[in-house]
Amino acid sequence: MERSNREYTIGAVEDFMLQIGRVVHAGEVELAIFRTSNGAVYAVRNHSPHPKGGPLAEGIVSGYYLYDPLHDWKIDLRTGEVQAPDRGQAEVYPVTVEGGVVKVTLPAAVTTLN
Amino acid sequence: MAAEREKLVLIGNGMAGVGTIEQILKLGGAYDITVFGSEPHPNYNRIMLSYVLEGSKTIEDIILNDLGWYEDNHITLHTGTTVTRIDEQNKVILTDNGLAVPYDKAIIATGSNSFILPVPGSTKDGVVGFRDIADCDAMLAAAKQYRTAAVIGGGLLGLEAAKGLVNLGMDVTVVHLLEDLMERQLDRTASSMLQAELTRQGVKFAMGKQTVELTGEERVTGLRFSDGSVLPAEFVVMAVGIKPNVQLAKDSGITVNRGIVVDDYMQTSMADVYSVGECTEHRGTCYGLVAPLFEQGMVLAKHLSGVQTPGYEGSVVATKLKISGVDVFSAGEFTETPEHTVISAKDEWKRTYKKILLKDNVIVGAVLFGDVTESANLQKLVKNSTEMTNEIYDEVMGTSCCGGGGAKKGMSVEAMADEEIVCGCNGVTKKAIVDAVTENGFTTVDEIKACTGATRSCGGCKPVVEQILQFVLGDSFQQSAKQGICSCTSLSRDEIVAEITAKGLRTTKEVMHVLDWKQAEGCSKCRPAVNYYLGMIYPDTHEDEKESRFVNERMSANIQKDGTYTVIPRMYGGVTTPEDLKRIADVSLKYDVKVVKVTGGQRLDLIGVKKEDVPKVWEELDMPSGYGYAKSLRTVKTCVGSQFCRFGTQDSMGMGAMLERKYERLDMPAKFKMAVNGCPRNCAESCTKDIGIVGNDGGWEVFIGGNGGIKPRIADAFCKVKTDEELVEVCSAVIQYYRETGNYLERTSEWVERMGLEQIQTVVMGNDDNRKELAARIDFALAQVSDPWRKMLDDKNTRTALFEETQV
Ligand SMILES: Cc1cc2nc3c(=O)[nH]c(=O)nc-3n(C[C@H](O)[C@H](O)[C@H](O)COP(=O)(O)OP(=O)(O)OC[C@H]3O[C@@H](n4cnc5c(N)ncnc54)[C@H](O)[C@@H]3O)c2cc1C
Ligand code: SF4
Ligand code: FES
Repeated sequence: MERSNREYTIGAVEDFMLQIGRVVHAGEVELAIFRTSNGAVYAVRNHSPHPKGGPLAEGIVSGYYLYDPLHDWKIDLRTGEVQAPDRGQAEVYPVTVEGGVVKVTLPAAVTTLN
Repeated sequence: MAAEREKLVLIGNGMAGVGTIEQILKLGGAYDITVFGSEPHPNYNRIMLSYVLEGSKTIEDIILNDLGWYEDNHITLHTGTTVTRIDEQNKVILTDNGLAVPYDKAIIATGSNSFILPVPGSTKDGVVGFRDIADCDAMLAAAKQYRTAAVIGGGLLGLEAAKGLVNLGMDVTVVHLLEDLMERQLDRTASSMLQAELTRQGVKFAMGKQTVELTGEERVTGLRFSDGSVLPAEFVVMAVGIKPNVQLAKDSGITVNRGIVVDDYMQTSMADVYSVGECTEHRGTCYGLVAPLFEQGMVLAKHLSGVQTPGYEGSVVATKLKISGVDVFSAGEFTETPEHTVISAKDEWKRTYKKILLKDNVIVGAVLFGDVTESANLQKLVKNSTEMTNEIYDEVMGTSCCGGGGAKKGMSVEAMADEEIVCGCNGVTKKAIVDAVTENGFTTVDEIKACTGATRSCGGCKPVVEQILQFVLGDSFQQSAKQGICSCTSLSRDEIVAEITAKGLRTTKEVMHVLDWKQAEGCSKCRPAVNYYLGMIYPDTHEDEKESRFVNERMSANIQKDGTYTVIPRMYGGVTTPEDLKRIADVSLKYDVKVVKVTGGQRLDLIGVKKEDVPKVWEELDMPSGYGYAKSLRTVKTCVGSQFCRFGTQDSMGMGAMLERKYERLDMPAKFKMAVNGCPRNCAESCTKDIGIVGNDGGWEVFIGGNGGIKPRIADAFCKVKTDEELVEVCSAVIQYYRETGNYLERTSEWVERMGLEQIQTVVMGNDDNRKELAARIDFALAQVSDPWRKMLDDKNTRTALFEETQV
């Protein structure tokens, strides 16, 4: 399979408040970036897997979980998996933090997703 | 590559068919599955259409399996496609849009259609059935445009439709052929109690009327009855019954009687073709409720997955009406004949009724009205053809003393087969619930609901789920069954508040840590609640936690479903000025606001502002925030009052604006609305407000606990006062008492009912010192509040973090 991943530098760690999401547009993808209370940074596509969609960035963050702001679905930020009784999958992307700089890696194909 | 799998085609994407597929997937049946559905939607919970109509659910809420589910399970789904014939010779399924799909096994689950009365005029515009999303949409649309509606049919569906339309503001008459409502489930007594209750809730009735014609040109204008009388109606819902949808089976040469004829393994007369659901006829019976359909589906799923199973033997059906405040239940036989022994109890004061029918001492049927706590139990007794004994009599008639009932109830759940469906709406078996409890260590109904879906829909199964829980947990049930404010804690609101004060806890983190929360950082339910309690207890020192605020409050603007926001500037007492209006217009134009709307509370809604524009809109408006998003004072609605109105005795505009200025911005347990009227004509509708104020010649009258929302409630008369100062003091004391004792998210309508009006009157009016102390405490809290937008505009970091988006 052909792959050419793209890496985006999205800012400094301090740009992201603890437990408060922030929207970052990387290429054509709209990301919601979250920093959990232990400082770890996660990137999710800013689009709820709920059939009605809607943004995720404004949800309440608790541990590694995000509560969807419009539908209250509980989403695991590490895997994107929606927790029971709801079902679905949010798109999550790998994040690295080096020397205080946050980078997100998007697979090439993602840039065509809406 | 995997071996070629058998092709299974499901015709009908409804509750019975998809329920069967879900079971097959669970049992590991290996099929390539294709599903056809005439409707353009994925699988949804049809019985909850009544809630969509009533307004407590949206279409999206009732989707059972979204498109992702079909994908995840590798099911090919064709929506908006009607199957026209099954070609037995070539083993293909043919559709209206020209598809020909081969099958090895096929399931017909085409459900039924609304029965439309064959009277002249029944095809006019404005006449619908009540069956699917399209019907429901038509009713929602009609309610926006028309005033009067008639619902033909006083059965379960008709009554739910009628109540829904009443809630939508229509003037609704239920037309019923017979003298008794729900005559197929209820006896005369229960039926007349039901009619009285629904009349109280605003439904009108035309009983014993046979409709012979629908009048009107293109569009319906009314009904004509066989006795010559007429009933005007701009909209008509036919809910007189359903007809099994057998067209496809007929056209394919399958044996059809009233429904598609099947044997105990749901096999039709055509080889490899099965049928489940409302379209079938099993041992001469067609069913119109979900529980039997899931039982059929279970048998069929096992059969198709190669799991041994006894055949389907028919079901005992039980009915529950999904109208809030109306509890009726019936199971099995209900009309008494000389063969029956009847046990009954009617209480006209409490408006309850209970009847149990015995045949040769075996329990064969039951009807309950008003109090349905015994419904689950009775349903089981009927289903198992239990013999009546003294113990059972004491239990179901509530005559036993000192509560030995618990153990006995446990026994009846114990006797229940593993595969028996407990939650009919969601097809959840006893075993699934037992497993959820034993494997995950659950101790509450809420946890079981979250994991299995049981009790999620009509809630009729809750008593049985509780009994199963009790049975599985045994002695540990009592102590562990206590329910906290959410699943993170077993502590109640009062306990949490007491602990915070006693231990001097200061942040949500501390609260959750010290009080041993199960999920360390809480959830979207408890975090905002605890943040509120902390702010209420320490008004001057608590630092509000933005990360614990629900999106609207965090952003100080309402989020809309597309992610844009609504901005509502304050207009004290609903009064504005030409200058302010001009500024609002200019800013709206500049930022391309989608809609400018007057809110229910007399303010202007600027809808559809892009997130990154919200701070700029506020900056340029330069007006205080209207808090349209907050759990705090929204608006004080006013009438014209003595300043201009010829009837006005008090200055309602002035008083309203003053009260709004005074209480704005303060956090409360839930949103809070007020109204002030200049005279008893009550033009600002104070009866549906948290605090409603009515002026009269000598002073003011105060009403509390009104609500016009999802559970409407008329406000209770609270007190009369003579002076403006007294009025303000009473308002202050009531609001502060509510702030201090209300559960988070509890509206005053619920609060008044929980606390009791008298209790509140005693605290606020019974003792002057008390009232003054409450008023002083609210004044202290009010001294701490400030306009969130001024703050946000001055605090660049927060503003950037919340509203600005980065492009990389
Ligand atoms: C408003 C309302 C409230 C209700 N409340 C309750 C309740 O409280 N309790 C209860 O137990 N039951 C209730 N019911 C009844 C319950 O919804 C039905 O018993 C159940 O949905 C029937 O399931 P089914 O799969 O047999 O049929 P359906 O759910 O009707 O599914 C059949 C599907 O097949 C599709 N179809 C038909 N023909 C074709 C074709 N040729 N090709 C492709 N697709 C086709 C139809 O479009 C439909 O989507 C209620 C029903 C309604 C309408
Ligand atoms: S409530 Fe009385 S004072 Fe107010 S507008 Fe109506 S009639 Fe006039
Ligand atoms: S039976 Fe309706 S929710 Fe369980």
